[in-house]
Amino acid sequence: MHQLWTQIFEPGFFSSAPVHTAAAVGAAVAVVSAVTGVFTVMRGQSFGGHALGDVSAAGGSGALLIGLTPVVGFVGLGIIGAGVMDMIGVRRVRGRDLATGIVLGAAIGLSALFLYLDTTAGATTGATQQILFGSIFTTAGGTIPAVAIFGAIALACVAVTWRPLLLSTVSTDMAAARGVPVRLVGLLYMLALALSVGLSSVAVGAILSTALLIGPAATALRLTRTVGWAVAAACLIGVGATWLGILLAYDSYYWGSAHLGLPVSFFIVAVVFAAYLLSGLPAARTAAGRRGASTSLAAAPADEQIRA
Amino acid sequence: MFAGFMMNTWAVATIVAPVAGVVGFFVVLRGSAFPAHAIPKGAFAGAAGASLLGISTLAGLAVFSLLGALGIGALGRRSRHDVATALALVMMLALGAAFLSRTTEYEPEIYSLLFGEVLGVSTTELLPVAALGAVCIAAVIILYRPLMLSSVVPEIADAKGIGSHRMEICFLIVVALATAMTVPVVGALLIFSLMIGPPAAARSLTSRPALAMLLSVAIALLTVWAAIAASYTWNWPVGFFVGALGALSYGAGRAWAAWRHTRTTTPAAPAAPQRLAAAVDRT
Repeated sequence: MHQLWTQIFEPGFFSSAPVHTAAAVGAAVAVVSAVTGVFTVMRGQSFGGHALGDVSAAGGSGALLIGLTPVVGFVGLGIIGAGVMDMIGVRRVRGRDLATGIVLGAAIGLSALFLYLDTTAGATTGATQQILFGSIFTTAGGTIPAVAIFGAIALACVAVTWRPLLLSTVSTDMAAARGVPVRLVGLLYMLALALSVGLSSVAVGAILSTALLIGPAATALRLTRTVGWAVAAACLIGVGATWLGILLAYDSYYWGSAHLGLPVSFFIVAVVFAAYLLSGLPAARTAAGRRGASTSLAAAPADEQIRA
Repeated sequence: MFAGFMMNTWAVATIVAPVAGVVGFFVVLRGSAFPAHAIPKGAFAGAAGASLLGISTLAGLAVFSLLGALGIGALGRRSRHDVATALALVMMLALGAAFLSRTTEYEPEIYSLLFGEVLGVSTTELLPVAALGAVCIAAVIILYRPLMLSSVVPEIADAKGIGSHRMEICFLIVVALATAMTVPVVGALLIFSLMIGPPAAARSLTSRPALAMLLSVAIALLTVWAAIAASYTWNWPVGFFVGALGALSYGAGRAWAAWRHTRTTTPAAPAAPQRLAAAVDRT
C-alpha cells in the first residue's frame, strides 16, 4: 500500500515549496479562467481570449524593456488590446474575428521588436521560449499578490454584470430590447477577459492561459446547459486538471533513467484535452445511433448557437 | 539591399506573398482567422521540436501543420469551431513544450522560425517553398467553385452535395500547406498577418471575388517587400513590419469603405423585430 502511495505521490511532493506555490497560483488562475471562460465560450470569443494572451505577452516583454515589472505590461497592454478589439470590432462574428486577428498581428509584431531589443540590449537568452512556453514552476513570488488582486477584480466584473451579460450573450437583440446597455456590458466583459488572461499569462504562461480559459469551460458546457452549474463544473475541472498536472509533472522526474521530466504545462493541457474528449463520448454514442438520419447541415454551427 | 545574398530573400518573399494573398482571400471570406493563426503557431511547435532533434524544420512544420489542420477538422465535427481550434492549438503547443524540454539548449533559429529572418534564407529552401506554393495555388484553383459556394452560401452547397465539413477539412489542409512554405521569411507567428490584412483590405475596396483576390495578392506583395526593405534598412525584425503594415492596410481599407459609405445613400437596416424573428427561426 505504501509503495502504491509513493508511486503516485513521489517523495517530497507534499512538502515541496514550489509545489505549494504552483498549486495555489494554479488554482487561483484556474478559477478565474473558468468563470470568464464559460462566458467566452458562450459568446464564441475563444479567439479573442487566446489573442489577448499573445497581446499580454507583448506587453510583458515591453515592460521588461523599460524596466517595469512584467505584470504591469501584461495587464496594461491586455486591457488596451481588449479595448481596441471592442472598438473596431463589428457585431458580426467574422468581422469581429478579423479585428481580433489584426490587433493580434500588430501585437505579435511588437513582441518581435521588444524581444529583439531585449536580447540585443540585455542578457535574456531564451526569452522567446519563456514567453511562449512559460512555466508555472518558475512563477516569481511577487506575482502572487497581483494574481489575487487582478483575479478578484475580474471576478467582480463578471459578478456585477452577470444577468445583463448572460442576456446579451444569449440574444443581443432581446437584451437591447430590454434596455440592457449591450455595448457597455460587452466592454466590461472584454476588460474582465483581459484581466483574466493577462494574469494567467504571467502566472502560468501563454499555453496554459488559453487552455485553462477554454478547456474546462467547454467541457462543462457540454455537460450542463445551466450557466451556474457550468461555472461550478468548470472551476472544479480547471482546478482538478491543474493539480493533477502538477502531480504528474512532479512524478515525471522519477520516470525513466534520464530524470529530465516533462513540463507541467504539457500535463495540464493533456488532462484538460482528455477531459474535453471524454465529455464528448455520450454525444458520440447517440450520434452513432442516429447515423443514418444525420445531415451535414446539422453539423454546421450557426453563429448564434450556444454549443460547446 | 539587392546584393547577392539578399536575392534569395526577395525571391522567397515574391513566392510567399501571392500564396498568402490567394489563400488569405478565403480565410477572410470564411472567417477562418483563428485557424489561420492556430495552424502556423502549432506548426512552429513541431518545427522547434524537429530542429532540436536534428530533423529538417520544414518537415517538422509540414507534419505539425497537417496535424493541426486535421485535428481542428476532427474536433470541429461536433464542437464549435473556435473551441476546436483553441483546444487543438494548445495541445500542439503543449507537445512542442514537451519536445523543447528534452534539451536545455537555446536555439537562435527558434526566434527566426517565430518572427521571420530576412538574412536567413538559403538557396536550398527556394525549390521546396516554390513547389509547395504551386501546390497551394493549384489546390485553390481546382477547389474554387465548391469552396466559394460553401463559403458564401453553405445551404446551397449542401444541397448540391458539397459537404461543408469536407470542404472545411480541404481548406484547412491548404492553409496548412501555405503555412509550411511561408515560415522561412515571415515566421510562423506573422504569416497569418499576411493572410488577413491584405485580403481584408482588398475586400474593403471591392466585392468582386476575382478582383479582390488580385488586389489581395498585390497588397500582400507590397507589404512583404516593404517589410523586407525596412528590416534591412533599420535592422528591426521583419515580423514587426509585417504586423504593422498588415494592420495599416486593414485600417486603410476600413477607412476607405467608411468614406465610401458616407458618400452614398444607405438603405435603412431591417427593423429589430424582423431580425429577432429571423434569429428565432434559425434556432
